[in-house]
Amino acid sequence: MSELHTVNKSPFEKSSFNSCMEHVLEGSAVLLYEDGVYAAIKGTAAEGKVKSAQGVKFYALGPDLSARGVAVERVTDGVEIVDYAGFVDLAAEHDKVVAWV
Amino acid sequence: MSEQIKNFLYLNRRAPYGTIYAWESLEVVLIGAAFDQKVSLAFLDDGVFQIVKGQDTSGVEMKNFSPTYSALGDYDVNQLYVEQESLEERGLTIDDLMHLTWEDEDEDWAEKDSIRVVSRAELASIIEQQDIVFSF
Repeated sequence: MSELHTVNKSPFEKSSFNSCMEHVLEGSAVLLYEDGVYAAIKGTAAEGKVKSAQGVKFYALGPDLSARGVAVERVTDGVEIVDYAGFVDLAAEHDKVVAWV
Repeated sequence: MSEQIKNFLYLNRRAPYGTIYAWESLEVVLIGAAFDQKVSLAFLDDGVFQIVKGQDTSGVEMKNFSPTYSALGDYDVNQLYVEQESLEERGLTIDDLMHLTWEDEDEDWAEKDSIRVVSRAELASIIEQQDIVFSF
């Protein structure tokens, strides 16, 4: 069963991102949106977790990055930026969605 | 009735768009500015994200209220403390923040920086010096 995990809270304020990272399995995907996109910034503790997750694909919602002033070049390498249609595609492509709210 | 001027500090600890706290704080600051008190703002924890430059909310159908921070100087709100450690933990430097200024009427309207980056220890002592602290 392929899983799409979603995180919409700041990794600096809530444990949602850290819990997600501790439960995500190889072959799964993680989509960061709303305040969750702060986990996609280089030079943070979250960057290390993104980079060390083996076989996990990471996505961040572009409009939420832009709203928060996070420029593309600040986004951690390997995190793919998607739009709302990409969000829908990801939800459709995976067997289920696991939301870490 | 005696008019005593007090020191007010607004503590901003939340990111700008995920919750309403940042916007509410800004509204209260602007309302409070009409009462001729000594007002300062502190940005720490995720609050530092409120004044990151280059915010563009056109894709999320929310109001971009970040330009409003530039107006604070006109309301004599010109003491903005930003916590160094909070910036570092988030991969940010002062160069990632908006350039917020005010004009000093005592020095021929010279433009001065409103933002002062302070350490966590310095902020603790700034908080200690206040009469009233509002938390958002």
